[in-house]
Amino acid sequence: MGYPHPSHPGEQPLLSKYFGDPGARSYEGWVKRGGYESLRKALGMTRDQVTEEVKASGLRGRGGAGFPTGLKWSFMPKEVTRPHYLVCNADESEPGTFKDREIMRWTPHQLLEGCAIAAHAIGAERVYIYIRGEFTAEYRILLEAVEEATRAGALGADVFGTGRRIEVIVHRGAGAYICGEETAMMNSIEGKRGNPRIKPPFPAQAGLWACPTTINNVETLGSVPHIIREGGAWYKGLCRGNPKSTGTKLFSVCGHVQRPGNYEVVMGTPMKDLIFGMCGGMRPGRTLKAVIPGGSSVPILTAAEIEDCQLDYEGVAARGSMLGSGGMIVMDDSTDIVYQVMRLARFYAHESCAQCTQCREGTAWTTRILERILAGKGKPEDLELLLDLADNMTGKTICVLSDSCAAPVVSAIAKFRPEFEAYLNRTRPPVLATA
Amino acid sequence: MSGSAHQAVHDAEYQPVFVGEARAKLEALFPRYPTRQACLLPALWMVQEARGWVSERGIAEVADVLGLTPAYVKGVVTFYTMYHTHPVGRHFIQVCTTSPCNICGAEDVVKAFLQHTGCGELGATSPDGRFTVIEVECLGACGFATPVLIDDDFIEGITPERVPGLLQGYK
Ligand SMILES: Cc1cc2nc3c(=O)[nH]c(=O)nc-3n(C[C@H](O)[C@H](O)[C@H](O)COP(=O)(O)O)c2cc1C
Ligand code: SF4
Ligand code: FES
Repeated sequence: MGYPHPSHPGEQPLLSKYFGDPGARSYEGWVKRGGYESLRKALGMTRDQVTEEVKASGLRGRGGAGFPTGLKWSFMPKEVTRPHYLVCNADESEPGTFKDREIMRWTPHQLLEGCAIAAHAIGAERVYIYIRGEFTAEYRILLEAVEEATRAGALGADVFGTGRRIEVIVHRGAGAYICGEETAMMNSIEGKRGNPRIKPPFPAQAGLWACPTTINNVETLGSVPHIIREGGAWYKGLCRGNPKSTGTKLFSVCGHVQRPGNYEVVMGTPMKDLIFGMCGGMRPGRTLKAVIPGGSSVPILTAAEIEDCQLDYEGVAARGSMLGSGGMIVMDDSTDIVYQVMRLARFYAHESCAQCTQCREGTAWTTRILERILAGKGKPEDLELLLDLADNMTGKTICVLSDSCAAPVVSAIAKFRPEFEAYLNRTRPPVLATA
Repeated sequence: MSGSAHQAVHDAEYQPVFVGEARAKLEALFPRYPTRQACLLPALWMVQEARGWVSERGIAEVADVLGLTPAYVKGVVTFYTMYHTHPVGRHFIQVCTTSPCNICGAEDVVKAFLQHTGCGELGATSPDGRFTVIEVECLGACGFATPVLIDDDFIEGITPERVPGLLQGYK
């Protein structure tokens, strides 16, 4: 539901049904609400049957890349000759995204149940939930939930008396956006600097401690119990005509809307219904200027481009951007696009792990050039320079953080060029004192 | 900087963290991972919780209990932004100023914190040692601008007007 607002009729609350309900947080409360029935059911199925059900659901990764979840699970070796691991990505640090925290805060057992089902499907006995260091309250909630579930036999050495061992370990990060990237996360769990690894090998071949590993986002895993309970076909039916994007998705809407929050809608819902209907549109007297639809790493869309835009993977891609994590940053006509692009570039410069020259230098120079433009000291060739830098930052590095910095810059220059030019030709007063 | 003077004092006073109960707590983590090295982030958290920051002596102790070198541990500590490698105020205030919060007025919230804590500038500690204020990147609560982390307290929807009252809760 549109937490912290009451549920809107346009929503279909599945994962968010119990947001705001403190009674759903305990093991007992979760069981009362039908919790852990899916895990019992899954344990009565074979590994392959569970994976097939998830494949049939059409569920795609909610962490940003949208990779089909069942397919990812099927890459894990069939024979368990060394430990298999599941990693739950609870690092949630992509600007604009704040859904996973809500899932953990209100329904920790929804996540644990999904983790246990996934662990069963991939043959893992151990699950590491990597939660960002700043989420201290959610960290404690998860620790408590793991303890409760273990005491009740829903986790541990002999899950529900089936002989199946599934242990969940909550591992706390310490401040680094890059640790949300899957291979950086594995290094971080191993007690190393969070540098992404060169792929291949992919995690299913050599992940944590070089063992087969699957990594999934909190929302992805939280969707799994619903799929097992109601069936893959049912889940696949949750869409608006596009069978490639199925199920419900939590959209975190922030910025200049009247009711920012988390809204859970069926894939394919029109973006305008979300922004203007559920979120109440802009503040009085303001008009929509731009939307960054999938977390800060994706191209920016203009108000005109979101007309008739369907909120699903293909719909947003058709408008030249990406659905990403579903973190939507809404900007009204009071927004200085140049300044905000600088802030985003500064974010990526701060968060670059600095392994790759293009990224380390590119994110820093992009920030510096944008700062000098905002200080009224831009040079006529600066926009071309920014685009040239962006070109060198795209598709050439170990991970896509570098590309993520380039995407908002390139799209903003393409769509809001006059705003950059106003600073360059000094028709707009500088907003930064020094560059 | 006054920071280096502080550092010497604190280092001289350093008492080992991993004795008694704390040692047992750390050792209880060992079976959860196939290597001792994996307990590095948890161990550093324990040092910071006990001492308020992670000094060279703290690094050396962690290296010793986990069988790593101090140079290696230092390399990891400096990668992560949440470990303090120098002493900070009694209350550590982190204000998000990334774009989603920025467009909702986060920079004014920072200004209010700097003014009402007496810190004056980002990263500095107030003269009474009570506060340190920094800007952080996205805290994962963008719909509730502006979120602020004071020590372990995650507080949402902060406006400049709310700052003075909020600070009264942190002595
Ligand atoms: C720089 C960077 C940061 C990322 N941050 C996150 C994150 O905070 N949370 C997340 O779930 N995925 C994040 N991802 C995506 C993960 O690498 C990975 O694709 C995802 O966790 C896979 O889970 P899914 O298939 O369930 O989406 C990030 C990727 C990159 C390149
Ligand atoms: S692209 Fe950037 S963040 Fe990614 S590995 Fe290279 S330097 Fe690190
Ligand atoms: S941008 Fe401030 S919490 Fe995300």
